This record gives sequence, structure tokens and C-alpha cells, in this order.
Amino acid sequence: MAIKNTITIYLQSLSENVAIARVTTAAFAAQIDFTINDLEEIKVAVSEAVSNVVIHGYGEEQGEIKLIMNLYEDKLEYIIIDYGKGIADVPLARQPSYSSDPERMGLGFVFMESFMDELEVTSEVNRGTTVRMVKNIVPSAAH
Amino acid sequence: MNITTFLKRGVLIVRVEGELDMHVTDKFRQVIDNALETSGVKHILFNLEAVTFIDSSGLGVILGRYKKINAAGGKVLVAHIQPHVVQIFELSGLLKIIKIYNSEADALESL
Repeated sequence: MAIKNTITIYLQSLSENVAIARVTTAAFAAQIDFTINDLEEIKVAVSEAVSNVVIHGYGEEQGEIKLIMNLYEDKLEYIIIDYGKGIADVPLARQPSYSSDPERMGLGFVFMESFMDELEVTSEVNRGTTVRMVKNIVPSAAH
Repeated sequence: MNITTFLKRGVLIVRVEGELDMHVTDKFRQVIDNALETSGVKHILFNLEAVTFIDSSGLGVILGRYKKINAAGGKVLVAHIQPHVVQIFELSGLLKIIKIYNSEADALESL
């Protein structure tokens, strides 16, 4: 299906950019008749994806995050790409409470999965990770 | 993010304002832990009325404080939680271990 609108932004992997990423994605989503709740869910999902890149993908190092936003007739697609450490075992990382740090909940992927309609994670160690998330546009659910 | 902490009836009250994401978690954790240490109180009450955004990083700090306080025999209470924040609490399982109250007064009353 043809893309109706698209924006790509590049972010430095800094914690202050997590808020910028989620506000940008919510602004992109605002062209659709989404509910406030849908927009909040998108913000959480994007926040989790970008936080993962800053914390795990690049860690102590700095790197680039590519955030692609695509609008289709029936869905919104967000693709978050990093060129960092990668994830050795994606199915394991996607499980709840995977995080080894007691201060972290290990719920990032769980939130992304719960709040979006599709979640695809592809990763290669030392090459980076791509997270693709889709929110369906359901006309009847808009109001 | 802005945090105000004060003591009321032997409880550390933490009023949080703004967005709770990974950018502010270190400060969030430090302010609370310092206040807990200097006051020596057992219980903590989070007033989340002015929280506009929270993700798993922010929740992680609350969970971390819960683990610490629970181990020391104290309680963690939450008041004035916003609808979008309730959803996140629910999904994370935090609602099973932390009780939510309508107001600070209600929460304090429960102790």
C-alpha cells in the first residue's frame, strides 16, 4: 500500500532525545483522528524503543538513531534503527522482566507489544537493531 | 520533572510533576533515597497527580523504592494517579503490590 506521508529524523543517542522522539511521533500521529489514549500509547511505545537504544544499543557510547514515521491509509508505522551492540537473543530479550538490573522493569518490549498492533524486532550483534511498530487506524474506534 | 518531598505523620510524601522517563530516573531515585535516608521514615507516599508521562524507566524507580521499603517493613502508597498512568501501572503488575488512593489524606488514613 502506498505511503501517504513520511518523515525521517536522526537523533543522537542521548537521554534528553527520548522525549523529543516521543513528542515528534505523537505529533505525526495527530494528523489521524486518534484518541488521546492512542497517542499516549504511541508515546510510551516509542519512549521504550528509543530508551532501549540509548541504554542498551549504544550504552556508554554515542551513536545515531534513525526514526522513520510512515503513514498509510490504514496504519501508522514507526521504525527505530540503531547501529549499536545488537541483541544476541531477541526472543529472550522480548520476555517480561528480562532486565538484569533491579531498578529496571524489563518491560520495554512488553509495553511496545501491548500498546501497538504489530511489533517486529530484528537484530544482529555488533550491527544494530531495528524495531518496527505499527498502530492500526480503525475509523470506527476514532470516536 | 519537579519533585517535592516532605514529611507528614511519619510518611515521606513525594509529589512528582512532569515527565518520568530515563532522562530523569537518576535524579528521581537520588532525591527520594536522600530524603528516605535523612528522615529515617518507613513509609512513602507518591502523589502522581501532576505526572504527564511515565514509562518503564520511571516505573522502575518506583519498583526499586518498593523493594527497598518493603524489605525494611515499610509501605509504598500511591495517590492521585492519572488514567494513562493507571494503565501502565496495571500492565506492569505494580497494581498488584502497590495500593492506589484517591487522595493523600485517604492514603495516610490507611496506615
